[in-house]
Order: sequence, then C-alpha cells, then structure tokens
Amino acid sequence: MNDKAEHTPELNYLNAGHTVKSWLLTVDHKRIGILYLIAMTCFFLIGACAAALFRIELATAAPDLLANDTYNRLFTMHGIIMVFFFLIPAVPGVLGNFLVPLMIGAKDVAFPRLNLASWYIYMLGGMFTLAAVILGGIDTGWTFYTPYSSVYADSNVILAGSGVFITGFSSILTGLNFIVTIHKMRAPGMRWMRLPLFIWAQYATSIINVLGTPVIAITLLLVVFERGFGFGIFDPQKGGDPVLYQHLFWFYSHPAVYIMILPGFGVVSEVIACFSRKRIYGYEFVAFSSLAIAAIGFFVWGHHMFTSSQSVYAALIFSVLSFLVGIPTAIKIFNWTATLYKGSIELSAPMIYTLGFIGLFMVGGLTGLFLATMAVNVHLHDTYFVVAHFHYVMVGGMMFAWLAGLHFWWPKLFGKMYNSFWAKVGAVIIFFGFNFTFFPQFIAGYMGMPRRYHVYDTVYQPFQMLSTAGAFFMGSGLIICFVTLVASLFSKKHCGRNPWKATGLEWMKAASPPDPHNFTSPVVVDVEAYDYTDERVYEDA
Amino acid sequence: MKALQTTPDAASSYANQLDVLYWFLIGVSVFFTVAICALIIFFAVRYRRQSDADRPEATRDGKLLEIVGSVIPFILVMIMFFWGAKLFFDARMPPSDSIEVLVTGKQWMWKIQHPNGKREINDLHVPKGVPVKLTMTSEDVIHSFYLPSFRKKMDVVPGKYTQMWFLPEKTGEFRIFCAEYCGTEHSLMIGKLIVMEPHEYEEWLNRRWVDGGGAEMAAASTDDPVAAGKQIWEVNCAAACHTGRPGSIAPNIVHKFGTMRDLEDGSQILMDENYVRNSMQNPNDDLAKGYPAAMSSFKGVLKPAQMNQVIAYLKSQSEVAAE
Repeated sequence: MNDKAEHTPELNYLNAGHTVKSWLLTVDHKRIGILYLIAMTCFFLIGACAAALFRIELATAAPDLLANDTYNRLFTMHGIIMVFFFLIPAVPGVLGNFLVPLMIGAKDVAFPRLNLASWYIYMLGGMFTLAAVILGGIDTGWTFYTPYSSVYADSNVILAGSGVFITGFSSILTGLNFIVTIHKMRAPGMRWMRLPLFIWAQYATSIINVLGTPVIAITLLLVVFERGFGFGIFDPQKGGDPVLYQHLFWFYSHPAVYIMILPGFGVVSEVIACFSRKRIYGYEFVAFSSLAIAAIGFFVWGHHMFTSSQSVYAALIFSVLSFLVGIPTAIKIFNWTATLYKGSIELSAPMIYTLGFIGLFMVGGLTGLFLATMAVNVHLHDTYFVVAHFHYVMVGGMMFAWLAGLHFWWPKLFGKMYNSFWAKVGAVIIFFGFNFTFFPQFIAGYMGMPRRYHVYDTVYQPFQMLSTAGAFFMGSGLIICFVTLVASLFSKKHCGRNPWKATGLEWMKAASPPDPHNFTSPVVVDVEAYDYTDERVYEDA
Repeated sequence: MKALQTTPDAASSYANQLDVLYWFLIGVSVFFTVAICALIIFFAVRYRRQSDADRPEATRDGKLLEIVGSVIPFILVMIMFFWGAKLFFDARMPPSDSIEVLVTGKQWMWKIQHPNGKREINDLHVPKGVPVKLTMTSEDVIHSFYLPSFRKKMDVVPGKYTQMWFLPEKTGEFRIFCAEYCGTEHSLMIGKLIVMEPHEYEEWLNRRWVDGGGAEMAAASTDDPVAAGKQIWEVNCAAACHTGRPGSIAPNIVHKFGTMRDLEDGSQILMDENYVRNSMQNPNDDLAKGYPAAMSSFKGVLKPAQMNQVIAYLKSQSEVAAE
C-alpha cells in the first residue's frame, strides 16, 4: 500500500472544474451522479423528518401532537417524496449514472446532454412538489386515489401531481439513455454475458421505466384535468369510474416497485461477489431473473385491488401471477446465499448492509405471499401489515441496498475511505432499528389496524409505541452513517484505486476518483465478470 | 396486564378458517427465513477470510440449486394460491337466505338502513346465526367497510354498489373500520357491529326510535337531509304537480336522479345536482319534453340548504330505485 498511485490523481472529475457553473452545466455522467446524490439526500431528509413527526404522534392512540389534517399531509408528503424522489431515482440516478459507463468501459453515457436534462427535470418536478408542500400541503396519500384527489381533497393536488408528472420524464429519459448506452457503448470484449449484474439490473429497470412511466404520467394528467377543468373521467357524478384510476395507477406503480428494487439487486450482487471473492453463483439465472421479474411484474397490478370491486376472475389471474413473480425472486436469494458457500468472506460495512438486505428483503418477499393469497389479502389490505410489508421491501430492501452501494463505491466516488468501525456501527443500528420499527406493524396489521389512521384503538398502542421507539433508534443509526461518510471527505488520506480488491473495470482500470474521461488508456475486456482468480485484481495501481 | 393479543377476535368460523391459512403462511415463512439466515450466519463465520476452511478452486454453477429452488417454491405457492382462492370465493358468495342491509359511506360516517326501513349511524345491529349481506355505496369518495373480527372488507365505491356478507356466530360487539383513506377524519370513521340473539334483534328492529340511543334519534330526526328533503318534496312538489301519477302536469322525477332526461328542445341533460337546483330556481331553462312551462320558481322560497335537502332526497330515491 505504498505505491505511487496512493495519492489523489492530479486530474480527476472532481477537480476538473471548481466553479458552480462547471457543476451545473456539466455533461460528465459522474458529476451528474453527484448532483443526484446531493439532491436526493435533501429529499430523503425531508421525507425522514415527516416520518419522525408522525411517528411521534402515533406513539399513543390519542391525537396529541398533530391535527388530523396535518397528520394526513405528513404521511402523504413522506410517501410522495420517498417514492418518487428517493426510492425510484436513488440507485439509477446516483450509482447508475456514475457506474454504468465505468462498468462497461465507456467514456460517458450515450446522450450526455440528455442526461443533464434528466437531472434538471427531476429538480423541476421536485420543486413543484415542494411548492405543494410549502403552500399548504397535499393530503391524498401518495396514491392520489380518485375521486378524493380529483374532486374532494382540499389541498394542492394539482401542484403535487404535476411534480410527479414532470419527474416521470426524468425516469424515462434516464432509462432511454441507459438502454442505448448498454447496447451501443460496451468496450471491446464486454459481451452481454460478461456484464456485471449491476448492469443487467439497470437494464431491466430502464425497460420498466420506459414502458411504465408514461402510464403514470398520463394518469396523473387526467387527475389534474378532472380537478382543474372538470373532465369526467374518474368522478362518478360525471359518469367517470374511480376504480379505473386504480387500474391505471397500479399498472405503473406495481412495476415501480421493481424499478426501486431491481437496481438494489444489482448492487447486492456486486457486493456479495467482492466480499466473498467469488463469482456470483448462477450468474445467468440471476441476470435473467431480473428480466423475468420485469416482465411478469407488469401483469400483477390487480393484486392491489382485490377488495376494490374488480371482477373476482380478474383477481384470480392477478393472484396466480403475483405468486409466480416470487419464484425468480426466490432464485436470487438462493443464489446469493450459495455464493457465500466456500467463499472468503469479509464483513465490511457494505457487506453487513448486503447481508442485512438479504434477510430483510426475504421477509418482505415472504410477507408478499400473504398478500398474494386472495382471502388473506382481503383481511390485510389497507392495514399496517401492508405498511410493514412494503417497508421491508422498500427500506429493508432498497434502502439497505442503496447504503450498501454507497459504502461500496464511496471510495471510487471520492477517493476517500470512511472510518470502517463507525460505518459498521451505523449499519448494525440501522438493521436492528429497522426491525423494531416495522416488525410490530405486521402484528398490528393482522390485528386489524387500518393504515393512515391518525387516532386508533388502544389495543394497537403497544405495537405503535415499539414502532416509534425503533424509528428513532434507526434514525440515530442513519445519523452515524451520514456523519461517518461526510467526515471521510475531510480526511487527507487517499484510498487507492482498488481498496476492496474488487473486479470490474471501475475498480481495475479507473482511478479513484476517476479521470474526467474515465479511462486514460483503451479498455479491452478479456475475462468473465467476477473472476477473483485473476491475479490482476490484487495488483496495486 | 393481560397477555398481548396477536390475532383479532374471531367472530365467525370463516375467521377461524382464515387463521389456519395464516398460520400455514407463517410456518412456511419462518422456515425459509430461519433456514436462509442460519446459512448466511454459518457461512459468514465458517468462511470468514481469516479462517483456514477448505475452499476448493472452482465451485462453478450447477443447475441443481436452480431447479430445486424453483420447483419447491412453485409447489408451495400453488398450495397458497388454491387455498386462498377457495376461501376468497366462499367469502364472496352470499347465501340466498341472507338478510340484506344497505350501507352508505359518507365522509365520515356509516349510514345503515335495515330491511324494514329502520336506520342507524355507525352502529350495525344484526342477529346471531343469520347471514347478513351488505349492499354498499358511497355518497362521496371511496371508503372501505372492514370487519377485522370476520376477516372481511370490501370497498364502498361512489357510483356503484358493492356487496359483502358475513355470518355472525357470536354475540357481542365488534369493530367496524373504514379501511380506505377518505380524508380529514378517516380514522374517526369507525363503527360498532352489535351481534344479538335473534329474539333480541327482532325486538330491537321493531322498537320505535324514541327509546333508542342518541345516534338512532339523530338519524330519524329532520337533521337527516333525506328525511327533511322528503318532507319538503311531499308538501311542495308531489302534492299537486310531480304526483307520479299518469296525466300529471309535471314529470315523475322521483327515481330519475342521475339519469339523462329528454328536453323539449330535443336535447338531453343529465339530472344531477346542478340540473335540479337550476330547475328549482329557473324552471323554464330546461323544459322537460312533453310538459308545459307551468312551474313557478322556488328562488327565495326555499333556502339553499333546503334545496340541498330536496336534492339529497331525490338522490336517495334514485339509489333505492337503482337496486
């Protein structure tokens, strides 16, 4: 570790320009990734503060802190911001932008200017949504169900709906950009079956983004038209059908769950391979299971609507397809676990997040089976069981994968290594805090507690109190994690090109932080992904 | 302190059947969670980088894991699917001997009407041992009628009727929740299901309102817009003009709310709130086909609130007719 490359490279993407303009008008995919990272962290903090407030309110059954309308606005804001401005764009926006060209040996994405436009569109959508919040909030829930949203709600539906509508275009454009980049810009020798699984996951996600997002866009536009101009589309008073809205909404929003989680699968595959020093077991199965999930995921939306008055026969089809989507997911979990077998395992911070991910995501997936079971769904629909289930998938799954990825590629992003001890402490606290927060909600849900309740029956109070205590425990873990990462930026010590001794072009061929043009010499790929028997992985510099 | 409850009361045998399926699902989930977590922990310790465990060069991919890992989950999920579908279909088919109760959801209350016309709000009295079929609609947004002790819920949707049924097998009081977010007081849109012995129920059903509880009184009083509207309608409209009999000077519109009406000028108009209100104020704007311009304006005669009550009554009549 005393090599000449152990200091920050003379020229890298971070110091290539210091002006604000050089950041705001950059077309470098790495800088755009950092722009996303900063914006997304702010949105995440706003969403988390909303959650902290209503978690305090929910600690007791009585309404003691917030008025009912305030409570309704807070959970709506939490949902909209976390789903549309954190969960959906986090991994593609930050890690995808940063890593897709690096991992396939390209100089940039296929359309760098479009990539910058995506970020501006995302920010514009975010500003609309924040304006809705500042001008009095929105109280429809993140699902915008009609006719409440289109006729009855007395809050800023049009502004918030427009915000989500606009942000959708950012997803579509980023998706298009990645699809073209992955098809056309792979380095010589980077065959499809040599791609890192992160790329496969980004590819599957991009396809869903391009196919699904236009549907939510047009749906929200219809809500805005009905509310603003009195179109009769969902309002039964005008001959509309409120349940039609739910079909349109979930046609996108169920696949959106896979938009959130598939990139996470990609991260997990990279981290497990690196810290087991092994190729991912069943590479092809893991790669194609992403595509299978993306495809089947488009035909399961009706499982959100078993009690909505949709046809019972339609419900039957949606139920069976929902079960089938569980199988490729199970395959992934088995393969990740099998990868550990006879590996050389190092429990670094990213690895702790990743192993936590497997456990939590598995609970999220298995409780999904409860909800796919039609009769059980009728009892559990719209209760805290559903809240717990999707937080296990979204937070236990996606957020853990995101933090795993952030900790894994942090040295590549900034050329600095964080304090490994405190990063691990943060990871462990977040893991236990998460379980304290959300596991009791499964029980409260089966006990029949409906979601989005501001005041509730005292039988549910023990579960809600545990939940609130857990949330603050988890919050303290997130603060440790945040401080640890930010503190590393001030360290003088450089982490080296490949501190984890990982495979992949971003580690083996690019500096940390990478050159503005990514690679300083031509890249040719001559090995499979995750070849940890290759001596070159262990070379310094 | 009594032991913490982890499943809700079961008030029907269906609830018990559902709990069996639930425990089966828990069993499968716990098995896989424990198995995978145990493997992860075991591998993480046994194959930690510092250990001298035997690591043969290549453990390349085998097909066995993928096949076993697909087939076993497939069999398990198919069991869940068929089991859940069977219970679901049972839960959706009301027996033909059910008593039928009308439920109207409204921000933020449940309005109940029994077969003999008796009304109540947020309480639902039913006899033990007789299946109850609820026919439900909403006056405004989507609500959802949820009976946790029966493990059943059904959305209550404006503009259409939905149904659910249940068989009460235990006397007592059980919770009713609104499960679909419906606005400011969503969490206060709760009610009570009261299951009574059949003879008590009969007595209750036929009892006059005056000795009932507060909610029942309120429902029967003229605070109820439908009842108030009915009174206005009968005195001002139905007595001479909209009699509903053939040959009347004015059309019979009592059951027509929400339908398209033919006009004298050949066009059509939807009979909605705006149409009714405007017709009360400016009767000659949209003349009904085949009828003279004989109606006098009620502008200034009826207060806006009273007009709303008439609309509510006409609306309620069309809801009854639509069944």
